[in-house]
Amino acid sequence: MKPEGLRYIDEYRDSALVLHLSNQIRKVSKKPVNLMEVCGGHTMAIHKNGLTGFLPETINLLSGPGCPVCVSSQTFIDHAIALGNLPDMILTTYGDLLRVPGSLSSLEKEKAAGSDIRIVYSVLDALEIAKQNRKKQVVFIGIGFETTAPASAAAIKKAEMDGIRNFYLLSSHKVMPPALEALAAGDTKIDGFIAPGHVSAITGYGIYQKFAKVYKRGVVISGFEPADILQSILMLVKQIELSNYHVENEYKRIVKPGGNPKALAIMEEVFIPVDAEWRGLGIVPESGLAITEKFAAYDATRKFDVKIPESKPPRGCICGEILTGKSKPSDCRLFASVCNPLNPVGACMVSSEGACSVFYKYRA
Amino acid sequence: MRDTKERISMNHGNGGIYMNKLITSLFLHFFENEQIREQADSAILRVNEGHLAYTTDSFVIDPLFFPGGNIGSLAVCGTLNDLAVSGAKPQYLSAGFIIEEGFKLAHLTRIVKSMAIEAEKAGVRIVTGDTKVVNAGKCDKLFINTSGIGLLEERHLGIGSGQKIKPGDKIIINGPPGEHGMAVMQARKLFAFKTNLKSDCANLYPLIRKILSASDHVHFMRDATRGGIATVLNEVARKCNTGIEIDEMQIPVNEEVKIMCEILGFDPLYIANEGKVIVIVDPDDAIEVVAAMKRTETGRDAAIIGEITSDHPGRVVLITRSGGKRIIDELIGDQLPRIC
Repeated sequence: MKPEGLRYIDEYRDSALVLHLSNQIRKVSKKPVNLMEVCGGHTMAIHKNGLTGFLPETINLLSGPGCPVCVSSQTFIDHAIALGNLPDMILTTYGDLLRVPGSLSSLEKEKAAGSDIRIVYSVLDALEIAKQNRKKQVVFIGIGFETTAPASAAAIKKAEMDGIRNFYLLSSHKVMPPALEALAAGDTKIDGFIAPGHVSAITGYGIYQKFAKVYKRGVVISGFEPADILQSILMLVKQIELSNYHVENEYKRIVKPGGNPKALAIMEEVFIPVDAEWRGLGIVPESGLAITEKFAAYDATRKFDVKIPESKPPRGCICGEILTGKSKPSDCRLFASVCNPLNPVGACMVSSEGACSVFYKYRA
Repeated sequence: MRDTKERISMNHGNGGIYMNKLITSLFLHFFENEQIREQADSAILRVNEGHLAYTTDSFVIDPLFFPGGNIGSLAVCGTLNDLAVSGAKPQYLSAGFIIEEGFKLAHLTRIVKSMAIEAEKAGVRIVTGDTKVVNAGKCDKLFINTSGIGLLEERHLGIGSGQKIKPGDKIIINGPPGEHGMAVMQARKLFAFKTNLKSDCANLYPLIRKILSASDHVHFMRDATRGGIATVLNEVARKCNTGIEIDEMQIPVNEEVKIMCEILGFDPLYIANEGKVIVIVDPDDAIEVVAAMKRTETGRDAAIIGEITSDHPGRVVLITRSGGKRIIDELIGDQLPRIC
């Protein structure tokens, strides 16, 4: 039986539509603008589909901090590595994190050297591993924004419900609004944000009002297909040309104004906002998600006391500048020479959604 | 921190850039000779007045049984295909088994039986073998190595090495990429998908015989296994220092593979196949070759997907569905599902 095709994929990749949007943008765009695609998924979609070739020279796209792996601090990787060296420990993680360099090693190297590190596709798989290995400790390395944090929260609740006591979360979960606000409020050249589609599906879009009203930046929540992204750019260019800044939602088929109340509620129950370190942005107030007192028994940070080596940032790497839109990967003197996917210096070269990795992979 | 220096990681086995580095800097370096230097699917050996194609392949797969085949059918077809794409007619195979203590005899029987069936269908004999049993935990249930010998006619010399490839040549594939990799992934039950996907595991010799009788100007063939068709095309571009342009709209698509890839964030061009061949032919013969392929079971969905260019030597470029262009690079790390 032939399955019914996935809808809303090819329609948004249609070459005539893409060309039409491209022509519209060329018509409307007069002054040079800097637009930040916040989400790594957008960076990837732009380059995977060769979209920069459809844009006039007036439009400069900047990659943002929306790549969960990239913004995870080196200290966090070192922390995970130290946990992996404990006896009877199984570390579970999303695969992208494996190759990110810590101060002295990476999880991938530790795995080859004997640490029990397993790639999982969902945090619930990590829970299952804990169930089947009751004599071991199982830590899930939780990274990601509002898109993955609710799943980690749900896993903790499920562990409690099922009486699984050997499952822990090492949380590096982060929330997007404070980081974006730091960028919008800061001395940046960003005229408008291509706002993250899937984060917004959870948060809704009240969070962006301030960016438009107070900081005078355009905001359009965008989907991830070529036509979505070009349509969003067109909407942003119109806002900026008219100096009429407001929040628009291009990704209406997924994003609702109020977001996903269920996901927001479970995050609030399990996590508490704390100041967190972002690669590139430094400490951003209330941007990290730590585990609340109520679920302290599932917190890897509280449970395991490990020594984390003092972290040394890699010399010459400008990941931080790239994540804040101040530089492009090609501005880095390590890019594609010392730093490449085989030998990544910074996290942006590792993640499939990292700006450097995307620029390297799809270089034209 | 553990002692992490100089160890083999899983990336050294994925068919991509790490593996290529290991092969050239270690194996080719120490084994250096004119045959191995070609890095073709089979080594071509001159014997008296004729030529033999000789190849070997080891099979490790989890799970051992999957929709569309098992490790045994894979071990036979894989080696038959390596011979066939060199232009040779497969003749004899060997089979070596490394078996973990405790492995069920019924399972081994099922696997060996399917090897015998595949060999018989292909008209080849499995003429020699080896058996080793290792302690429980020392290997993952069962590993199989097969090697094969085929006969190569003078006029098909050079097909495996790509030395005849020239700008303007057409690139053909026999069907949609990614079915094997996605069927196996599904069989691992990692995702809660239900599909009807089957591995494309098949002996390609009957198809290849038709291709070779349709055209005397087949310039290259390779089965696109690990690392997918992206890896084969990159090998061609690098080795022949030629450009390649392929058109996304022309690549045959299996709808279920496409859906799984969209959800997981995978690119089907990098996913493993066990019954797909990339054929590079003179442009004048391309349509005839495709027509001949379409008349076979494993070539029904054959299509011209692109061509060899003199532009951008060493690079594979894809024209996307939306009309953009992007580079199809060599595989670096294994593809991983998107995080969000």
